[in-house]
Amino acid sequence: MDFLRPTTWQEALAARAERPGALPLQGGTDVMVEINFDVRRPEALLDLTGVAELREWSVTGGVCRLGAGVTYATVIDELGGALPGLAQASRTVGSPQIRNRGTVGGNLGAASPAGDSHPPLLAAGAAVEVESRERGLRTIPAHAFYLGVKRPALEPDELIRAVRIPVAAGPQYFSKVGTRNAMVIAVCSFALALHPEERRVGTGIGSAAPTPLRALEAEDFLSRELDWDAALDLDWDAALDAGLLRRFGELCAAAAAPIDDVRGTAAYRRHAVAVMARRTLTWAWDDHRGRRAA
Amino acid sequence: MRVTFTVNGREESADDVWEGESLLYVLRERLGLPGSKNACEQGECGSCTVYLDGTPVCACLVAAGQAQGRRVRTVEGLAEGGRLDPVQEAFMECGAVQCGFCTPGLLVQAHDLLSRVARPSDAEIREALAGNLCRCTGYEKILDAVRLAAERKADPARARGEAGA
Repeated sequence: MDFLRPTTWQEALAARAERPGALPLQGGTDVMVEINFDVRRPEALLDLTGVAELREWSVTGGVCRLGAGVTYATVIDELGGALPGLAQASRTVGSPQIRNRGTVGGNLGAASPAGDSHPPLLAAGAAVEVESRERGLRTIPAHAFYLGVKRPALEPDELIRAVRIPVAAGPQYFSKVGTRNAMVIAVCSFALALHPEERRVGTGIGSAAPTPLRALEAEDFLSRELDWDAALDLDWDAALDAGLLRRFGELCAAAAAPIDDVRGTAAYRRHAVAVMARRTLTWAWDDHRGRRAA
Repeated sequence: MRVTFTVNGREESADDVWEGESLLYVLRERLGLPGSKNACEQGECGSCTVYLDGTPVCACLVAAGQAQGRRVRTVEGLAEGGRLDPVQEAFMECGAVQCGFCTPGLLVQAHDLLSRVARPSDAEIREALAGNLCRCTGYEKILDAVRLAAERKADPARARGEAGA
């Protein structure tokens, strides 16, 4: 095995182009487990932690550009306001030690259906910047990034450079089912983002299908049915219509394609997705009404 | 490959390091620092927690080559000037140790918490230690120890007086 240690992005792209069998490495919270347990023996490790620019984030024109090496701890400490859904999901990742090392870019590269960052990225309408030395930069919408179980839409010579996430224009929530609060891989998870200016709702389902995915029919249904100006009437007692909530939950559950495994049954996951969909929508809508009235 | 980094304030090198080797293996097997414990090798138990450039991480999930040129501080480096850190003293006094296997990781993680939050709430202590598993103690005495260490660190003069009494 070789250990490749680029210190600039150009060096990293060159290493990737010349050694397609090299496995990109960020915080190691997935890759090192596979190496420690002898389930993976790549011909080389491509350590990206020496490329300083990958650890940076910036906000321009209402979009946050998160470098592929930004850790969950940084998202939690610095981006809770701009990216509330992703920050909530980040707080549920592993333990403090794992959040200090694990990165959103690494989560994307691993593309596990259970990865915690995927649902909020889908709900927020994020896009992934990937680059190769030969063909340059391209941007892949999050919903087109997950091709199969642990199969990201990356060519063998491409690296993830950053993820672009619109700064939240409305309430966002993330919910996750697991056996305890810490150190838990999702049984299933759900993210919701309200986009009031577009009168649209974004969703993301995790660990309930071969890939993370959006509940498109549920999004369309809500975008049509929600009374976006209701808050103007200052009707503090008007909660979401029970039938609308139930239907939204059903449509989200119908979008999932879960399996039975050691963490839960398909039937339980479907049920839990519906519950989380209703809960997150209720929380978000209450926030939305509160903001409009304030 | 050769890997060189600073451990507990001293520059150390290890030779013939396998490229897939973890920082934990280098510390324990090549540098003679067995304080950090090897248990789960998947970041679940926290027994191998060390500081990497001042941030607590699981050493089992850091590739040895990723430590090149960086600063590592292990449980062996918590004591300063021949005196145990207040966190270590508090663990002994509170009986927060049974078999002791998880203790090094808990000490580093608790040490980090108290360096950031002088008077942590119980919820903050539990959250900080959520990635450190102990199968003996039931955690109550560990929480007692962290609370005691917080008091001592916040008021070192009083702590010294009590120790001498």
